[in-house]
Amino acid sequence: MSETEQVVPPGHVLRYNFKERITHWVAAGSYLYLLFTGLAFWSPWLFWLAAVFGGGQISRMLHPFVGLVFAASVVVMYAMWAAHMHVDENDKRWFQSVNYYVQNEDEKMPPAGRYNAGQKSLFWGFVVCMVLLLLSGFVLWEPQYFPWRSVMAMRIAILIHASSALLTIGLFLIHVYMGVFAERGALDSMVHGDVTMHFVKRYHPAWYEEITGQPASPKK
Amino acid sequence: MSQATLRVQKISGHAGSVPGQDAQREFTVCKLIDTTTCIGCKACEVACMEWNDLPFGETVFDNTYQTMPETRWNYWNLILFNEHEKEDGSLMWLMRKNQCMHCADPGCLAACPSDGAIVQYTNGIVDFQQANCIGCGYCITGCPFDIPKMNPKTNRVFKCTLCADRVQESLEPACIKSCPTGCLHFGSKEDMLDTAEKRAKQLRDDYNFPNAGVYNPAGVGGTGVVYVLHDATKPELYGGLPSNPSIPWSVKLWKGPLKWLGNAAMIGGIVGLVVHYLRFGPKEREETIKEPHEGAEP
Repeated sequence: MSETEQVVPPGHVLRYNFKERITHWVAAGSYLYLLFTGLAFWSPWLFWLAAVFGGGQISRMLHPFVGLVFAASVVVMYAMWAAHMHVDENDKRWFQSVNYYVQNEDEKMPPAGRYNAGQKSLFWGFVVCMVLLLLSGFVLWEPQYFPWRSVMAMRIAILIHASSALLTIGLFLIHVYMGVFAERGALDSMVHGDVTMHFVKRYHPAWYEEITGQPASPKK
Repeated sequence: MSQATLRVQKISGHAGSVPGQDAQREFTVCKLIDTTTCIGCKACEVACMEWNDLPFGETVFDNTYQTMPETRWNYWNLILFNEHEKEDGSLMWLMRKNQCMHCADPGCLAACPSDGAIVQYTNGIVDFQQANCIGCGYCITGCPFDIPKMNPKTNRVFKCTLCADRVQESLEPACIKSCPTGCLHFGSKEDMLDTAEKRAKQLRDDYNFPNAGVYNPAGVGGTGVVYVLHDATKPELYGGLPSNPSIPWSVKLWKGPLKWLGNAAMIGGIVGLVVHYLRFGPKEREETIKEPHEGAEP
């Protein structure tokens, strides 16, 4: 899928090209800033986080701008990856047997393609939440400048902003856990771009069959 | 009253104890506004501007006595005029001096995320500390009276302080001092309610206002500003005074169930993932992976 093919070690395959990786880390960096400053505004017990990022005023001032960066990076990711993220029948079966996945009995799972159903859900969850956060964030940004300033709109926007942010925190925790701790090699793929063929066969057997033309498991 | 009355009993966005909590000995203060003796002279508006040294803003002329539609960040005290048509067709002025109500249970303070940006003193005054204000405007969403207003240049929110600086020096607020008709009173909450009830009774018994009463809404725990109204059954007639104000449901939902649900989910999520890792571990351990070449084309 990359036009500027990068050289990968033998036995490896390119999973994320440079544009995909840089977009991911722009999103990750901006998301972390939004997460920590947002949590500062969420709870008095975490307001000290605002001090870490330069104080409450600066956090409040920059949070919306960094939000724009995050939204833009999600838009780029949407353009790059939406085509791979169509949820099909296989994904529904994947979710029906998700408890095997949780218990690391992946061999009992329907074979995942380039992205498994969980990854697709993460993608769509972040896209939908980004849109909700962006719209509600605009209402809250500088309401005094809008002639149609509506207190009721702000009240609703706060609820939408907080709820969708909480959803992204759930997605974020699972994403980091899967990428860093559960699937060894996933973090590397987002840093260096390539994964081993073993990784492909292990976690994305249908993708393995697609790119090699060989069956991923001898039994099947 | 000494400066001790300015001990703080409630702080916005604050974790942990509050210096003046349960330390109260002095009475809470209260402003009484008798709308039946207000003549709409706006002396209180001028006194407020003068004492608080507020920069002037543009007024609006629309052929009424209403010089501006609502309070502003630099205009904390505004008389709202309503030429009310009575049932018999005759007209009467309903004039209400509008300003912060200094709720015992302030919605602005509940909604504010910034530590110490809004405080409530033990004498009941709710005061904004602009140095700590981050300009999010959440206090605006928490107020049932639409009082806090943001200065668009500085992104800080302002409102009536009940002249906390005067009160701590044993002076009455500037608006009270300027009132020529005596429709404004200042004192302890207890005394003001007593005076208000007596006046309301007088209006009912002697002045043919059978619905006269005192406005001290329980939905916000009572207010530090109480009104005597000709018709306490219809406070909306007085420039939209809400008949049963309370902290908005959205703020209660957000600061109540949503907050606890969110906190439980976040902490539960982290604990759950740690437990999952300890129970099941990674999907594959590095040392068990046979690397590299598994017969696949690179």
